Amino acid sequence: MQYDIIVSGVGGQGILSIAAVIDLAALHCGLHIHQAEVHGMSQRGGAVQSHLRISDAEIHSGLIGEGTADIILSVEPLEALRYLHYLAPEGRIVTATETVINMPGYPPFELIEAELRRTGSPVLVDAAGLAREAGSARTSNMVMLGAAAPFIALEQDILETGIKELFEAKGETIVAMNIDAFRKGLAFSQEHIIKES
Amino acid sequence: MKKHLLLGAEAIAAGALDAGISGVYAYPGTPSTEITEYIQKSRETAERGIHATWSANEKTAYEAALGMSYAGKRALSAMKHVGLNVAADAFINSAITGVNGGLVLAVADDPSMHSSQNEQDSRFYGRFAMVPVLEPASQQDIYDATISAFDLSESLKLPVLLRLTTRLAHSRAGVTRAMPRGENPLHAEYAPERFVLMPYNARRQYEGLLGKQEPLERLSGSSPLNRMIPGNSSTGVLACGIAFNYAMEAKKSYGLDISVLKIGQYPLPRHLVEELFARCETVLVAEEGYPIYEELLRGWFDDRNIRGRLDGALPRAGELTTGLLAEALGVKRRETATVPDIVVNRPPGLCRGCGHRDLFEALNRVMEGFENRHVFSDIGCYTLGALPPYNAIHTCVDMGAAITMAKGASDAGLRPAVCVIGDSTFTHSGMTGLLDAVNERTPITVIIADNDTTAMTGGQASAATGSKLHAICRGLGVAENRIRTIIPLKQNLEKNMATLREEIEFPGVSVVLAVRECIETAARKKRSSGSKPANQ
Repeated sequence: MQYDIIVSGVGGQGILSIAAVIDLAALHCGLHIHQAEVHGMSQRGGAVQSHLRISDAEIHSGLIGEGTADIILSVEPLEALRYLHYLAPEGRIVTATETVINMPGYPPFELIEAELRRTGSPVLVDAAGLAREAGSARTSNMVMLGAAAPFIALEQDILETGIKELFEAKGETIVAMNIDAFRKGLAFSQEHIIKES
Repeated sequence: MKKHLLLGAEAIAAGALDAGISGVYAYPGTPSTEITEYIQKSRETAERGIHATWSANEKTAYEAALGMSYAGKRALSAMKHVGLNVAADAFINSAITGVNGGLVLAVADDPSMHSSQNEQDSRFYGRFAMVPVLEPASQQDIYDATISAFDLSESLKLPVLLRLTTRLAHSRAGVTRAMPRGENPLHAEYAPERFVLMPYNARRQYEGLLGKQEPLERLSGSSPLNRMIPGNSSTGVLACGIAFNYAMEAKKSYGLDISVLKIGQYPLPRHLVEELFARCETVLVAEEGYPIYEELLRGWFDDRNIRGRLDGALPRAGELTTGLLAEALGVKRRETATVPDIVVNRPPGLCRGCGHRDLFEALNRVMEGFENRHVFSDIGCYTLGALPPYNAIHTCVDMGAAITMAKGASDAGLRPAVCVIGDSTFTHSGMTGLLDAVNERTPITVIIADNDTTAMTGGQASAATGSKLHAICRGLGVAENRIRTIIPLKQNLEKNMATLREEIEFPGVSVVLAVRECIETAARKKRSSGSKPANQ
């Protein structure tokens, strides 16, 4: 098996935490993992992406080839479209719908949504709303990880173990909040899949 | 064996710790910063008392590492590619003196210029200094190569250059660590015949360095970093560093039966290259960076069988990818979805609430009153002041150039001559330029944007801030009444404009310290001192 995931968003949205949880989970399963990211200038409110590759065989390239990504997992809708050329024809977009507008010329959401829907059956998640229900708007990234979980070959409990490991230094409350956020995202996607079929 | 998920940069750090270093000397710079940060945070550093404090610049860093090596211990120096320009004097000459304890220079290049002003290739510096260059291809490869780099350095008595590029430095994969080796004992020998580079000694040392070149090539020939993955087609790839990953990915995903020669140690191993050319009619030379070895292999005449960046098979600039290599090997480009036109760029910008915003606001308003509005600037977060809505600065060339370019422009008659430089950039390479201006009483205004940290690279400790900066300017000879301090806040706008105007109008050297802590650093401090955030 091999999964190629593009994780995208805006600097400061916790993109690298999503990648870190998937990393930990894959490591627990004894899978090969490769995660490429770009630090530096991009962190100042710019576009941020991470290439995440999981495989049961050796992974050579850290970068995902154009037209081959299984999923684009985005915490911001316009950022999901920015990497569309990486998506495989049968690939899927899972994205939060809340926009981050910090530059001129940001298109109306309706146009973004129309482009997203052209990609087949995207999973559009009100991550901010679900995160607030979980107790903090800052858990949007874990909502999105949950929403993407059914499309990644990693079990729910292994991903939750990853969340525990990543946040355990911050205390039990934070861990519980992030797991709750993850489950809310997961439930949303599972419903989406049922509706789809 | 336990696997650690490490960034390439961190794999260097882990390798250096396990190779028994007694110190790391570095100046922050993307994508090399995490090397030193990993060492600073590691348990071993605290337990063993490993030196890990940031240096003022790359030159002081490399020289201190050479000093530690002189004293018999192993030292790592780390920097980004343009940092090696600053340290080049020390680096090139350390190949002439040679080393005692293992000395490894880890350099992270930034092809495609994600966070840099050029994409220079550090392998050139390795050739220039005539020392071994290691260019590993994976995170495990990096860890292992770092350990062998120290052994190699100690046995050859030469510094070794370890080269990474952005995608390796900033990507994470599993690494298995080996048993750590102990540190070297303190062992400084008097060896002025090596270390006093007067012409008589330098000539003999240089002969010695020339004499080592053949053995270096033999070592490359037997290095595990260089190896052939044979194929049956008539096409081969000479894949340097990370290009090996893309060649292997292309081989696997497109079922290409190509031979791949992995190159991870230089000088280039001649017999392996000859073997590749004997096996193949056409050889694609894939280098992440400049076509250094492609140029070398093409020679002057017989380059019919060589493909690469110089004949357009691969693009002349920018990072490589599997797709680019596959296309160069004749695979048809994959049809992909196109990014819709509505996807506008999201450029980085100054943070909301950042003090630089208030500084630029005040400076722009003051400069409106002058016919010449040139503002010379430098490298740091404040470089973002070049973008809208401020468009406040007009140059950014290299560390420290703000002050010296303003001085030269002032010498040419440009008035006013104003420059903006950050606290860390000032102590890195700005102080000497200010001394030049003081000695000549050149009319310039130096605004030091002191945010108490090296912000752009993630908030590393700065060599001098606050009252220390004031004392440095005073010590360099700037008059006490011409060193002014402003606090760049909205409510101080009028006051700050008045101060800036006074100093810009003053026909001599003046310094304005714009002092306000970076909001990111302030927030981080607050987080670590008490209330924890929900997420990062």
